[in-house]
Amino acid sequence: MEDKQKTVDTGIVLECEDLTKLYTSGLIRTKTVVGARNVTFDIKRGEIISLAGESGSGKSTVGKMILRLIKPTSGDIALNGRSIFSYDIREYYRQVQAVFQDPYSAFNPFYKVDHLLDRAFGLREDNLDRDERSKIIQSTLESIGLNPCEVLGRYPHELSGGQMQRLLIGRSLLIGSRLLIADEPTSMIDASTRASVLNLLLSLKKDKGLSVLFITHDIGQAQYISERVLVMKQGEVVEQGPVDEVFTRPKHPYTKELLAAVPSLYQKWDECA
Amino acid sequence: MAKHILEVEDLRGYYRGTFGVVHAVDGVSLTLDRGVIMGIAGESGGGKSTLAQLVSGSPPPLLHLEGGRVIVDGIDIYSVDPEELRTEVKCKRMSYVPQASMESLNPVKRIRDFIFDVVAQRTGKRVSSSEQKSEVLDMAANHIKTLGLERAVLDRYPHELSGGMKQRLVIAISTLWNPKLLIIDEPTSALDVTSQKRMIEALLNLKRAGIIESMLYISHDLTSLRQLCGQCIIMYAGKIVETGDMDATIDDPLHPYSRLLTAAIASYDSKGKRQRDLKSIPGSPPDLRDPPTGCRFHPRCPYVMDICKTKEPPMVMAAKGNCGASCWLMASESGK
Repeated sequence: MEDKQKTVDTGIVLECEDLTKLYTSGLIRTKTVVGARNVTFDIKRGEIISLAGESGSGKSTVGKMILRLIKPTSGDIALNGRSIFSYDIREYYRQVQAVFQDPYSAFNPFYKVDHLLDRAFGLREDNLDRDERSKIIQSTLESIGLNPCEVLGRYPHELSGGQMQRLLIGRSLLIGSRLLIADEPTSMIDASTRASVLNLLLSLKKDKGLSVLFITHDIGQAQYISERVLVMKQGEVVEQGPVDEVFTRPKHPYTKELLAAVPSLYQKWDECA
Repeated sequence: MAKHILEVEDLRGYYRGTFGVVHAVDGVSLTLDRGVIMGIAGESGGGKSTLAQLVSGSPPPLLHLEGGRVIVDGIDIYSVDPEELRTEVKCKRMSYVPQASMESLNPVKRIRDFIFDVVAQRTGKRVSSSEQKSEVLDMAANHIKTLGLERAVLDRYPHELSGGMKQRLVIAISTLWNPKLLIIDEPTSALDVTSQKRMIEALLNLKRAGIIESMLYISHDLTSLRQLCGQCIIMYAGKIVETGDMDATIDDPLHPYSRLLTAAIASYDSKGKRQRDLKSIPGSPPDLRDPPTGCRFHPRCPYVMDICKTKEPPMVMAAKGNCGASCWLMASESGK
């Protein structure tokens, strides 16, 4: 409880208000698809908030709008109280970074992973020389639980999915971002290393006050990692609130349905028994 | 009629190429009884899919069979000639649905035309007259109903269907001829939870309707295996580390690897109460070009002993639940 009080004091990082995205296609017979409709929420400093829902529910659309990859049809997004479109794009990406679903395609296979980390310094304001850079890389890798000599100097295919995904999170820390949009970061990596990514996000939240928007279809992971959750269906937020409340006493029928679909390791579904 | 639908004896399959020799499947033996759904679990790179490719009799170019036998319903598939393998085994007894198979639907053809093609290949006759067509369509519509799909799906193009529908459709097409054995590789990995549940129910329906008899289900997702399977095999680095009844394997894993694997997945019980923190397994799977000596799990095992580093552990059967594990901890316990 104390933990949650603390996050209120330190203020809101990101605020979305009435965020709407309509995709239109066709010139004469126009067809409209709702990507997101009236999505309103905020993310506080040092808070992990989950966005759950099935495929096509608009989770990634919201993530992409926050990342300025697509323009919202209407509504406002504010970072630290200022509209995100008033920021210079470099300045914005210094504060907001993303980790996507597929770590295997996020790396250039021709370069060693050092290259990717080195490139990240291009976004930073300070001009560091090589020694300082490698010192920062070393300490960042250690802080995310990766052994620098196990990772540096290697090619992407020599690393496991969990290591790659953690490297990408580390990269966003090098830049010094305050908000991380994690779009299904664990769905393509092995169950055995999935926990390492989730635990890393939890420890960064605690130690560095990193805010995370965790987009997932896996309710179990949302439950594990976040304090608050938003459940989306067909572009609309149907239910939101503290994780324990939403998942133990779901109000909306869709949330109930979603919860019933999650397989549990220690219990069989009735119809399968 | 052979007693078991599938028998695998000391199967070895290595990848050979410029990268060296990868010992992907190294001495795997298993038997699958009729009417049983068997799950194969483990990390990626553990040899699950390689095993499926070998058992299905269609290894990719670089994968070579190095020893052992695969007997499907009494037929040793690597000693019969390829044409007999195709007509007698692959067309009648066994069906293999590989990973990412939902991309194998032809994007420029309607589903029904694709089915006509498949029928033409199987029967050797083209489906040309409208009576034949409507006969095939009726049969197909009836069949896809067991997988929860409507007849209208047959008139669509693949891009008009969702991932879950495409996946179920591929399974429907590969089970049109009531194969006795279905080998299915990671059918749910690209699906979200709701379609995953539908998928698992559809597979159970297939079995209940008597369309398939037994199934070999490969997945790294222990939670969905638990819902579906009666028996389970856990693979690590090309070897079977644990085998037994599904429920017993999850509730009381014997091998240290299985214990760590379950601890990496479940953190909540059915009432949403947090049980424990998730733990990942330290280290990464070994390079199978040069597998570790002795027990292949020893570099990552928290209970490692001296003997593990030098000698390979035997498969020791436990007293209950048909379970067995290949671990020196088990061997020394039973010795006492």
